[in-house]
Amino acid sequence: MSIEKYTRNFLKEVEERVEEGHWVKMCMQCGVCAGSCPLGAHWEHTPQKIFMMIRAGKREEVLSSDSMWMCTSCYQCIVRCPRKLPITHIMHGLAYLAKREGLAPKNQPTAQFGQLFWDNLIKTGRVNELKLSLGMYFKDGFSQGIKNAMAMQSVGMGMMKAKRLNPMEIMGGHGVKDKSGFQAMLKKARELEDGRRKLA
Amino acid sequence: MTEVVATNQTILVVGGGISGMTAALEAAECGKEVVLIEKNPALGGRVSQLYRYFPKLCHPTCGLEINQRRVKQNKRIRVLTMAEVTSITGSPGDYTASVKIAPRFVNENCTACGDCGDAAETMVDDAFNYNLGKVKAAFLPSRMAYPQRYVVDPSVIGTPEADKIKAACKYDAVDLAMQEETVQVKAGAVVWATGWKPYDANKIQPYGYDRFANVITSVEFERLSDPHGPTGGKILRPSDGKEARNVAFIQCAGSRDENHLRHCSRICCMASLKQTNYMREAFGDEGKSTIYYIDIRAIDRFEDFYQKVQADPNVKFIKSKVARILEDKDGNPVLHGVDTEGYHRYATPHDLVVLAVGMEPSVSAANIPAEIVSDSSGFIEQDQANGAIFGAGCAANPLDVNRSVQSATASALRAIQVINRVARAEG
Ligand SMILES: Cc1cc2nc3c(=O)[nH]c(=O)nc-3n(C[C@H](O)[C@H](O)[C@H](O)COP(=O)(O)OP(=O)(O)OC[C@H]3O[C@@H](n4cnc5c(N)ncnc54)[C@H](O)[C@@H]3O)c2cc1C
Ligand code: SF4
Ligand code: SF4
Ligand code: SF4
Ligand code: SF4
Repeated sequence: MSIEKYTRNFLKEVEERVEEGHWVKMCMQCGVCAGSCPLGAHWEHTPQKIFMMIRAGKREEVLSSDSMWMCTSCYQCIVRCPRKLPITHIMHGLAYLAKREGLAPKNQPTAQFGQLFWDNLIKTGRVNELKLSLGMYFKDGFSQGIKNAMAMQSVGMGMMKAKRLNPMEIMGGHGVKDKSGFQAMLKKARELEDGRRKLA
Repeated sequence: MTEVVATNQTILVVGGGISGMTAALEAAECGKEVVLIEKNPALGGRVSQLYRYFPKLCHPTCGLEINQRRVKQNKRIRVLTMAEVTSITGSPGDYTASVKIAPRFVNENCTACGDCGDAAETMVDDAFNYNLGKVKAAFLPSRMAYPQRYVVDPSVIGTPEADKIKAACKYDAVDLAMQEETVQVKAGAVVWATGWKPYDANKIQPYGYDRFANVITSVEFERLSDPHGPTGGKILRPSDGKEARNVAFIQCAGSRDENHLRHCSRICCMASLKQTNYMREAFGDEGKSTIYYIDIRAIDRFEDFYQKVQADPNVKFIKSKVARILEDKDGNPVLHGVDTEGYHRYATPHDLVVLAVGMEPSVSAANIPAEIVSDSSGFIEQDQANGAIFGAGCAANPLDVNRSVQSATASALRAIQVINRVARAEG
């Protein structure tokens, strides 16, 4: 998509299409979030930088950034932001827009996990922990999957003992009573959200 | 028993800082009767606690002394120190205030000779120096205190030490039987000038004021720089008494922050710019200052002051609100953050950190014992609904001395107009 350089168009787009996006213009670039984020030092773009890039109209760069996907929702930034920007929410909102616009970075582990989790959940209305874990282990191929599973073995055993993981779930697993009702509800919610956020 | 003669043509001024003194003087010099109420044992307020004041960097004595002389000479001003207003009833032209006066244990006979201080042994917190040091339990509040009269700290009353203090006085000035009293003061109009207090730095957790000895506030730095202060004017850091030659100033410490004070305190940028001059004065080219800021707000005419400091090669400006402070093994505060001009991450040690703390009203409008309209920070708004109670100086806004004085003069004028109406009505 072509987008004019240095216009406010992207800021407007973020305001309309991103959860809590209307807050971005309130950022005063003080740097507290960037300096407070426990992970920011390892990212290409801190929240402060992302917000400035939005205002500078750098749509492609923002939406293809890895940073939003790295946010752990620790809320350190929100707690300290002098302007009370809901930074965490904006970061996740941006990630969602990036995903829907097809600009999210390829093979981003958090994005992959998010997709697996979603696909897993909507099938029965309940998360199938076993399939989710296996899906995650084997996402990079069979032999890597075996290695991952071996490495995580003790965690898996512990979860089974604590009844957090049921080996029988491999057969299909538990679900909600009204599966089709559940799926219809999600579909409707998505329709509403897509309409509101102008997502195709 | 304290006697105060006041009528509904009297102007009551609450707060004896530069604003209250100014309002009282302007009104009295226009022929009005004034009662001036001050909570502390001496007039002068926070200005008397500065080392120098911008823009001309003169010592506060220069502005305060002349005002003290004017107060002393003016028969129309009645000063009550160690006094607080506990209630105000009535309406414009006809108010009655209850004033609670704490015992000073020293009467008008005092010559400030200091013998009682020599006799005292107990040391108490030195409020004038923001508790950075201690004073004897019989003390003069500050070198240039007005009235020049000692105070005996209530903590020694009833002890043999108090008797010793009394015995030391040759002028029969120590009166250990003094009691707290409440007097009623009539007034036609009130000027409320209770000023400001520094924002509680303990609340700014990431900066560790409560944990790190070498993180101090701007008001404390004023006292450290003053030759009459607790260090004799040497800028020594609290942890080990080492000379602080490399000082960081953190702007907006508690201001412009929804978690703390919402407003810009307006003078703290200028205060830090001024304080870089103290560093130069103390250490010459060896004194390094770094100002960490969001934006420098050198209000209107002061832009040239800012430019002069910018031109000083020993002063560095870093556009960044510091995210947090940690301490290294040598007790140096280490500042962590990301700057806004290039997004560079820093972790920089300094000898000492000065937090340019914000100003909040010393008496929030909600705690003024009358119905007062205020802004969201508790500063008094100018509003018809306040009747004839007028905010002045930093009780109404975070202001520098110059603007406080302007604001006080304006309030005095409003009060005078009310009194003139009362006088006309009474014929
Ligand atoms: C670090 C710092 C440095 C500064 N440096 C400068 C400078 O260089 N130049 C400059 O122009 N300005 C400077 N200022 C601003 C200056 O301090 C204020 O403008 C000035 O103090 C305002 O005077 P005021 O009388 O309104 O308030 P205050 O000085 O606060 O006086 C108020 C008085 O009211 C009394 N009071 C409080 N409560 C009560 C009560 N309930 N009853 C009775 N009395 C009460 C107080 O004891 C006090 O005496 C600085 C401020 C800070 C924070
Ligand atoms: S802390 Fe808030 S105001 Fe400061 S840069 Fe981050 S988002 Fe902007
Ligand atoms: S919530 Fe996300 S962006 Fe905010 S500090 Fe934590 S990891 Fe960083
Ligand atoms: S109280 Fe007495 S001893 Fe103390 S300073 Fe005053 S006159 Fe001197
Ligand atoms: S005057 Fe400067 S330091 Fe003070 S609150 Fe305003 S911008 Fe911040």
